[in-house]
Amino acid sequence: MRTISSEQIEQAVYELAKNACLRLTPSCLRALHTAASTEEKDSAAAFALQTVLQNADTAAKEKMAVCQDTGYAVILAEIGQDVHIEGKLFSDAVDSGVRRAYEDFCFRKSICDPITRVNTADNTPASVHTEIVAGDSVRLTFLSKGFGSENMSRLFMLTPAKGVAGIIDAIVETVRLAGSKPCPPVYVGVGIGGTFDTCAFLAKKALTREIGSSSPREDIAAIEREALKRINELKIGAQGFGGNTTALGVSCEWAPTHIAGLPVAVNIQCHCVRCEKITL
Amino acid sequence: MKKVTLPLTDETIESLTAGEGVLLSGTILTGRDCAHKRICEFLDQGKALPFSFVGETIYYAGPCPAPEGKACGSCGPTTSARMDSFAPRLLDLGLKGMIGKGERSDEVCKSIVKNHAVYFAAIGGAGALYGNAIRKSTLVAFPDLLSEAVYRFEISDFPCIVAIDCHGNNVYKKA
Repeated sequence: MRTISSEQIEQAVYELAKNACLRLTPSCLRALHTAASTEEKDSAAAFALQTVLQNADTAAKEKMAVCQDTGYAVILAEIGQDVHIEGKLFSDAVDSGVRRAYEDFCFRKSICDPITRVNTADNTPASVHTEIVAGDSVRLTFLSKGFGSENMSRLFMLTPAKGVAGIIDAIVETVRLAGSKPCPPVYVGVGIGGTFDTCAFLAKKALTREIGSSSPREDIAAIEREALKRINELKIGAQGFGGNTTALGVSCEWAPTHIAGLPVAVNIQCHCVRCEKITL
Repeated sequence: MKKVTLPLTDETIESLTAGEGVLLSGTILTGRDCAHKRICEFLDQGKALPFSFVGETIYYAGPCPAPEGKACGSCGPTTSARMDSFAPRLLDLGLKGMIGKGERSDEVCKSIVKNHAVYFAAIGGAGALYGNAIRKSTLVAFPDLLSEAVYRFEISDFPCIVAIDCHGNNVYKKA
């Protein structure tokens, strides 16, 4: 049994939140550079991509948030079952880290009551997903999730007869309907299988993968490739100005499902992928 | 890129063509979801607005707090479509320009033409660059809405694409 204090958790979340909001992931930057190089010089799409890359540079240098939508703080925690967390309740420690980082680094507080719309004023609560895993370490993944793209996400309860073709159609249709609204080129996280709720979680988890990574399952990797190809044929392009890159990548995570169903969740991420990880 | 001074004049609006890049300088108001809802509630109740829309340009944005030494924090555009249900009403009141990101509804496109107005697309996800182009920020109304309050910004060389011009040409419908 290993003991980890709630202060360690809080401090780790603080650092993850700070770094996530101030910089894009290396795989996102690489994908944006590639996208920029494929657009016609002087096109609106090229201008958009160059602006976004210049912005990432300015944000990192001047310690400003990459995007003013510093997002819903989403934390995926894989907690080893041989770990004992001492001190505060785990979710309270996470919220404390979020609260301090968003205040100290001038990040926007974007969380509000769904009915009254009154802002909680400190960007808490975070959306915390815990998984109990083997071992004695804690792996924390922080995703700063903007809502312009979250709003464009969809969940489908397909019939099993729809199969792989139905899955790909659902992914492509979601991106098509989103159009210029979610800040394309987007990163598409897909959940396949599970239940209504686990499917949505898998889609979120898929967004924490590196852009350009493939599913270890060849048949799922083939879905990722085909969906990406078809999305880029939509020619929505950067910011919806037309162009060759509508998505930077498609990542699918899967789980077994029920014999009667084929849930597919499509979680859209804008081109500002802000995701940080640490293992304690 | 063409330099455009705000507030917009009819001549300036006439000269803008969908697809061209512009650098905006001058003053704008901010407003997003909650501010729009509240403004329309004021109008429904016949209450006087705390500011006028006549000749103004509105920026759909909610800034990050200003770090020390800056007028404003990161402040890129939010998705304009969420303001579509409110925009025609504000255009009828004299609003001349809108800055945001993403396509607009057919109703908004028609209202832009009818009211001889213009819609500019700022680049979403470029909040740090836009924050640096804001030289002064003053609270105008609804302080309880925090980042969603209405601010007046003085902006300088604020890069945008003319997305929908006063003749109804639309950068999102070219593809």
